[in-house]
Amino acid sequence: MNIYVILKQTFDTEEKIAIQEGVISDDGVKFIINPYDEYAVEEALHLKEQHGGSVTVLSIGPNRTTEALRTALAMGADEAVLISDDQISSGDEFSVSKVLAAYLDKQSFDLILGGNFSIDSGGGQVAIRLSQLLNIPHVASIIKLDVSGDQAFVHRDSEGDIETLMVTLPALFTAQQGLNEPRYPSLPGIMKAKKKPFHQLTLDDVGLTESEISAKTERLSLFLPPTRKSGQILQGELNDQAAELVQLLQHSDVKAI
Amino acid sequence: MSKTYVVVAEVRDSKLRQVTLEALNSVALAQEDDDLLAVILMGHQLAAITEQLSQYVAGQIHVIDHIDLGTYNSETYFAAIKDVLDSLNPHVVFLGHTASGRDLAPMIAAYLNAGQLSDVIAIEKADAEVLYTRPLYAGKAFEQKKFIESPQVVTIRPNNIAAATANPSNPQAEVITTDYAPPASLRSIVKDVIRKTSGKVDLTEAKIVVSGGRGVKSSDGFKPLQELAEVLNGAVGASRGACDAGYCDYALQIGQTGKVVTPEIYIACGISGAIQHLAGMSQSRIIIAINKDPEAPIFKLADYGIVGDLFVVVPLLTEEFKKALA
Ligand SMILES: Cc1cc2nc3c(=O)[nH]c(=O)nc-3n(C[C@H](O)[C@H](O)[C@H](O)COP(=O)(O)OP(=O)(O)OC[C@H]3O[C@@H](n4cnc5c(N)ncnc54)[C@H](O)[C@@H]3O)c2cc1C
Repeated sequence: MNIYVILKQTFDTEEKIAIQEGVISDDGVKFIINPYDEYAVEEALHLKEQHGGSVTVLSIGPNRTTEALRTALAMGADEAVLISDDQISSGDEFSVSKVLAAYLDKQSFDLILGGNFSIDSGGGQVAIRLSQLLNIPHVASIIKLDVSGDQAFVHRDSEGDIETLMVTLPALFTAQQGLNEPRYPSLPGIMKAKKKPFHQLTLDDVGLTESEISAKTERLSLFLPPTRKSGQILQGELNDQAAELVQLLQHSDVKAI
Repeated sequence: MSKTYVVVAEVRDSKLRQVTLEALNSVALAQEDDDLLAVILMGHQLAAITEQLSQYVAGQIHVIDHIDLGTYNSETYFAAIKDVLDSLNPHVVFLGHTASGRDLAPMIAAYLNAGQLSDVIAIEKADAEVLYTRPLYAGKAFEQKKFIESPQVVTIRPNNIAAATANPSNPQAEVITTDYAPPASLRSIVKDVIRKTSGKVDLTEAKIVVSGGRGVKSSDGFKPLQELAEVLNGAVGASRGACDAGYCDYALQIGQTGKVVTPEIYIACGISGAIQHLAGMSQSRIIIAINKDPEAPIFKLADYGIVGDLFVVVPLLTEEFKKALA
């Protein structure tokens, strides 16, 4: 079974956000594999252990993305592909999905796995757009995946309800929390990763030009949320505090009470 | 020239979702006077919902009613909507940023070769431009964006944009029923839907959220929180700490890698206030923290804090609310 995992490198979830000269500063920021994409990597490795085949991790991003791909190789992926090009960096989800589709269209695969969304830009578009561009079925936000022959049996988390589906491969799935528990790279894994194939490509290599992928949306401004004014710790006996809180809420301007 | 604005309506548990009314109002915020509003309603047994929608819509309602559309499936829903979109040639398509909206929107965007802005929380017009505000890093930052060209696809986050109000004296909406021809062969088939949420207040649409963390200590520990939520007609949420410990389902998780909620009142019980949790709830209107540790970081963010044992405080609150709301 040939599996591709599309992944993105994101800020660590612990990071605070600072804006410098109109952009989000990445000074001293720790980067990780987008947590949902990490579930996708784990699931791919698990399927390979059951069914054989190969796992290729694929990413678009700046050079630092190499680190995220190396981590995935150390976890057990077989090959990595990084498409890195300044001409893509001004793009949006439309652009990124076009580039991925141009590359994957020329590969043979049974499964494509990705994350439910990326925790930085939170668009949740790229993987689903990709399935459309490749004309393969997809199921988003899965929490269980079993493959048998050319059929996949999946559970999809739909805002708390669970939908069970049968899907004919090749297909694309996006991972939701609960799908698995990602493994840590082992020391031998880290050593082996250094010798695994790592391909670095440009936009030209996938046969696209900048004008074919130019963004459809444009950012006008970036800002931090207003800081909340510090609140009030209630005092006194607990039953009096509870009564006071209800009073305060009833006299506030919220309509819910 | 007049343009067409499309809203893809959403039905859950046989009810029209609140976010659809918010999407209708989004059109009002974005459009010009002579633009056309067309709502697309897909599902099964839609007569009552069509009737309800017609009180909000001065324009067209395209109804695609078929037994195969009774439950959401990306393939059947997309097959159903494709031809209607072709005939409407939309300028913008609005959907809710919900399980089905999040799934359908990128399919539509890819099909229309369109840009998409996801999870929009505010829409405003400046001169001739429509500006969309959306969160980055789960609300640790925000960006304002615009489209460079049309067509456009937008998903809006529930509970952030005001809902359209009914106008029974509206010019009657034009209801257009469209046939659905099931695709010759389906590549994905929904076998079953296990409902875990029906009858409960939707977490992302709730006006009040009562959340439990590791301090709740067990799945039974969630009971007092459920009672409080019930009295307030709110929903129960959780921290990842509580989910990881197996006290509740991951579907309840709020935070950077869970759901993002913006209720009017958020009550955090036994939650320390880790940065990943704050990312999912810090935009709530009023935040209340109940924690026995006065140093817990959640108190830095809370509008009101009670330092104490949640198993004492939460039932006291439930009683007080019962009295006040009686
Ligand atoms: C990649 C990544 C993603 C993450 N995503 C999320 C996310 O989306 N959402 C999220 O919530 N977390 C997330 N986390 C986890 C986060 O870092 C915290 O570990 C988690 O939020 C802690 O949960 P908690 O506050 O319930 O538990 P704790 O931090 O253990 O806090 C429990 C609190 O309960 C209080 N308490 C105990 N008993 C009582 C009592 N009887 N009465 C009153 N108070 C009591 C304690 O004083 C303490 O403050 C993520 C972490 C990582 C690494």
